[in-house]
Amino acid sequence: MKIATRQAYGKTLAALAEENENIIVLDADLSGSTKSGDVKKVRPNQHYNMGIAEGNMMGVAAGLAASGNTVFASSFAMFATGRAYEQIRNSIGYPRLNVKICASHAGLTVGADGASHQCIEDLSLMRGIPGMTVICPADAKETEKAIRAVAAYEGPCYVRLGRSAVETVYDDNLEYEIGKGNVVRQGKDVAIIACGIMVESALKAYDELKEKGYNVTVVDMHTIKPIDKELLVELAKTHDLFVTCEEHSVVGGLGSAVAETLSKYAPRKVKMIGVQDVFGESGNPDELLEKYGLTAKDIVNAVLEK
Amino acid sequence: MSELAVLKRHTNNIRKNIVKMVTEAGSGHPGGSLSSVEIVTAIYFTQMNINQDNLASNKRDRFVLSKGHAAPLLYAVLAEKSFLEEEELLTLRKLGSRLQGHPSMNLLPGVDMSTGSLGQGISCAVGMALSNKYHGLPYRVYTVLGDGECQEGEVWEAAMSAAHYNLDNLVAVVDFNGLQIDGKVSDVMNPAPFEDKFKAFGWNVLTVENGNDIEQVIKALESAKTMTGKPTAIIANTVKGKGVSFMEDKAGWHGVAPSVEECQQALKELEGNE
Repeated sequence: MKIATRQAYGKTLAALAEENENIIVLDADLSGSTKSGDVKKVRPNQHYNMGIAEGNMMGVAAGLAASGNTVFASSFAMFATGRAYEQIRNSIGYPRLNVKICASHAGLTVGADGASHQCIEDLSLMRGIPGMTVICPADAKETEKAIRAVAAYEGPCYVRLGRSAVETVYDDNLEYEIGKGNVVRQGKDVAIIACGIMVESALKAYDELKEKGYNVTVVDMHTIKPIDKELLVELAKTHDLFVTCEEHSVVGGLGSAVAETLSKYAPRKVKMIGVQDVFGESGNPDELLEKYGLTAKDIVNAVLEK
Repeated sequence: MSELAVLKRHTNNIRKNIVKMVTEAGSGHPGGSLSSVEIVTAIYFTQMNINQDNLASNKRDRFVLSKGHAAPLLYAVLAEKSFLEEEELLTLRKLGSRLQGHPSMNLLPGVDMSTGSLGQGISCAVGMALSNKYHGLPYRVYTVLGDGECQEGEVWEAAMSAAHYNLDNLVAVVDFNGLQIDGKVSDVMNPAPFEDKFKAFGWNVLTVENGNDIEQVIKALESAKTMTGKPTAIIANTVKGKGVSFMEDKAGWHGVAPSVEECQQALKELEGNE
């Protein structure tokens, strides 16, 4: 079943708001799209619209958190992390305040809105802030678990959500822990490290490779920061090629985090599937993923070109 | 000693500490620290229910120094409230100090928000005031803005949101000293008239003719308490570098430390007030 991660976010957040009156939710005129507006249906007094003013929204979030609340602040990834970067950095990150920035419409799959709205730098921007936890769930089920995990965690977090429906990869048995990657297929020689919607593509690539006689490992690296160093070092013992897959620029995101870790602790070759340092454009999500080299076929090719 | 005389003794001592701290640090912002002395002293000594025992509590009034570069003033006020030892003031801006160049809330109890990047503090103050409203807490939130700071668009985003949510528990004081780093505020990028702007944004607006007269500041802060349904902006006309003759009304003293000789002269002038 296909469900957008933002749908799961709204549903989970509404449930959390009902459970905990200290959860306050902010949005910047996009509550219908980010799905933070689901909270309004059950707890209207816990949801504040801050208007089209993301910088102020992040500061208000910081003030609410400094007063003891658990704050969720939502917008599109472009405006949450781009427009309001410095407010997040100085008013939330530096004082380590308990704000969860949950941004939807990340990556190319925003689609027809085009490059101005396709944020492919958010993981990089947020990962650069000391102490920021950075998470990119693969499907609806993992989003639910991630949102519950960040709500329980004390400190600033960024959660990257998508606009488009994605295939559900997990069931209720998913065990989720911030900072611990999930090995979803165990193989050898080649490790595909994916996050977000690319986990589904990595699993498709796994199946294609299996047919060709290759048995690769697939990891859902849902937490980009702190990256699961232990898992990467362990995989390096039996894998000599790592292929990272992210719907994000290859500059500064998951691929960079994996390469930084491996180069320091267990140098291995890293190939990066991602947006190759260019802006996107208008198109439907599938066309864009194909044009920019973000499909299962691209992952298969990267492995075969080993 | 009358209450006013006690307050004046505090403001004079705070000024002396600002000059000593910035001189010892060799850098910092004396001009805008000195201009806001009466404003911040009035807030801490006549308005806020803050003391040693409730520093860590949410159940008290809060203060956000939106013009975070006036950190020496905030630290000197906190020392005057006995939240830290006076000797520690001389660690300002030094490696390992709790007294960072701009305030850090996690290092020093009594600092209610980390500030320094202009425009952000008032948004944080809006968040605190909103929290008090949401939880039905009767506490007030005070913030002090620089006049140059009001060139930041975020100030007006915050102003819009405070009025939208009827935050009558929020008071923003604009330290209108007329100078910023590059010169006169009116020459660099004129944000005036402040009164009309805040009124247009839905605020209750009060003007203090002389923001370095603590009685006038207190009167405005008391008046703000009677306003319901709107946040209050207090436009306080001040003199940058107030209290030190050679610093007064000079943009050049925005972010420059005095020499040891200049410090001695400044202290002599200030001691003359005692």
